[in-house]
Amino acid sequence: MNKDMMLGSEAVALGVKLSRPKVVSAYPITPQTHIIERLSEMVDSGELDASFIRVESELSAISAVLGASQAGVRAFTATSSHGLALMHEVLHWIAGSRLPVVLVNANRAIGSPWNIWTDQTDSMSQRDLGWMQVYCETAQEALDTVLQAFYVAEKVLLPIMVMIDGFILSHTLEEVIIPSQKQADAFLPIYEPEYFLDVDNPLSFGNAAKGDVFYYLREDMQHSMEASFGVIREAHNKFDEIFGRKYDIVERYYLDDAEIVFVIAGALTGTIRVAVDKLRALGIKAGLLKIRYFRPFPSDIVKNLLKSKEHVVVLNRSVSFGSAGQLAQEIKNALYYEPSKPKIYDYILSLGGKDVFVEDVVNLAKNVGNLKTSKILWRE
Amino acid sequence: MIEIRFHGRGGQGAVIASKILAYAYFLDGYHSQAFPTYGAERRGAPVAAYVRVDDKFINVRSPVVNPDYVIVMSGKLADTVDVSSGIKENGLILINSELSANHYNFEERCKVVCFDVSRIALKYGLGTKIMPIINVPILGVFSKITNSVSLESLKKATPKFVATGVDKNIEALEEAYNLA
Repeated sequence: MNKDMMLGSEAVALGVKLSRPKVVSAYPITPQTHIIERLSEMVDSGELDASFIRVESELSAISAVLGASQAGVRAFTATSSHGLALMHEVLHWIAGSRLPVVLVNANRAIGSPWNIWTDQTDSMSQRDLGWMQVYCETAQEALDTVLQAFYVAEKVLLPIMVMIDGFILSHTLEEVIIPSQKQADAFLPIYEPEYFLDVDNPLSFGNAAKGDVFYYLREDMQHSMEASFGVIREAHNKFDEIFGRKYDIVERYYLDDAEIVFVIAGALTGTIRVAVDKLRALGIKAGLLKIRYFRPFPSDIVKNLLKSKEHVVVLNRSVSFGSAGQLAQEIKNALYYEPSKPKIYDYILSLGGKDVFVEDVVNLAKNVGNLKTSKILWRE
Repeated sequence: MIEIRFHGRGGQGAVIASKILAYAYFLDGYHSQAFPTYGAERRGAPVAAYVRVDDKFINVRSPVVNPDYVIVMSGKLADTVDVSSGIKENGLILINSELSANHYNFEERCKVVCFDVSRIALKYGLGTKIMPIINVPILGVFSKITNSVSLESLKKATPKFVATGVDKNIEALEEAYNLA
């Protein structure tokens, strides 16, 4: 087993290289910049046989990737925060065109005020596009998820956004098992799209479509999202066979007999794991449900895992102002039709990189009896 | 778990040092993690970087607040930043300083070691007299006084994170180790 240490961002770049994209286009933004720095070095040295298209903004980067994908090649971009926001319009066009683009977003707060640190507001603001969304906990998971993302996107024909937390994952040096190109090639087939722009066989993407056609196309996007769970499981099984690492749509940690369940997505999951260990040592039956796939949201899985629990503390890292934390909305939605359901607490754990310590989470669980379910809960 | 906190100023190389140290522990057979706190990313601003070492994968991602070891890149910083904050009982603070340990008034529960790493850095042409670059050689001192990470692994880790002057850095690292 070939192990090394690298930054989360470098692990992403390695995952992209192993996926053999033909076009990479991106614009630098903290804390994503290392990803495209590494990729541009790889293209320059010939390690990665791809075109690296330099652009003057994220709007152009995502447009270049749209064009590349329409031309029938595997295409990748990475961004963060304000950069993702600037891509918004074209993100819709990519999803509507059913192009299997993979984008890595380094989660970072959006201003004002100016803030470079992590939260999930940027990607949660893009949840309704028709892009699939996966949140990663470790550098290994980020590397592996990039490979899985191309596999799933190209079968489902929907784009995938892979999230890594800014700094606490993107800039953290940690150990990674390095897959071989041979393994990656055995996992990820050569990309051969059925439809692409070809001068010898003219067709167009995104032509005008009136209501009846448009409505049907949007309905089909939803059906594809719903049907994608099967493809995701297939990808996970094949990944396990080739690489020997298991992944699931959600991940359980001490969940089976847990009375207090934390629900979270992203790299802070690790800190919550340690809190669960401490709570168990104190005799408190705490557990953890990690959400990997946020789109499509695995409502049935979540419902079955949480319906008989007593307390579910949703650790949001974004807020839909005037409503609730976006993760809490999904958890409540999943459990709505259950005759008996847990108390669900809508807790805003961290925004803009506010530090989260193990003790904060341990104390939260100790005080769970005093928490209210009627409104968003904020830290002291 | 061993937890280590670096204090430096932007441009002194504390973040690189944290990576070299974490990688050296990894080469020694441990699991490790290194990450910085980035504030205003500019030269001269106080920065902190963290290393954790364990015999299993490290899940926690919060800043180190209760370090076993603290490494301070320049003595002057220890006059203005509370480098001993949260240090564990019997913890150790290593300061790059020409002064004696008595100069620094930390609580008695921790040990203070001062070592003039700047002098060694300058001897090997690392940095300038105003700003010697001591981030690699200070790890030699750390290795010797703590016996926690091997000099051999530090030597192997250095070229992975230092772009220029690798040989000089490794010579300075060895000399710092031998003199500490």
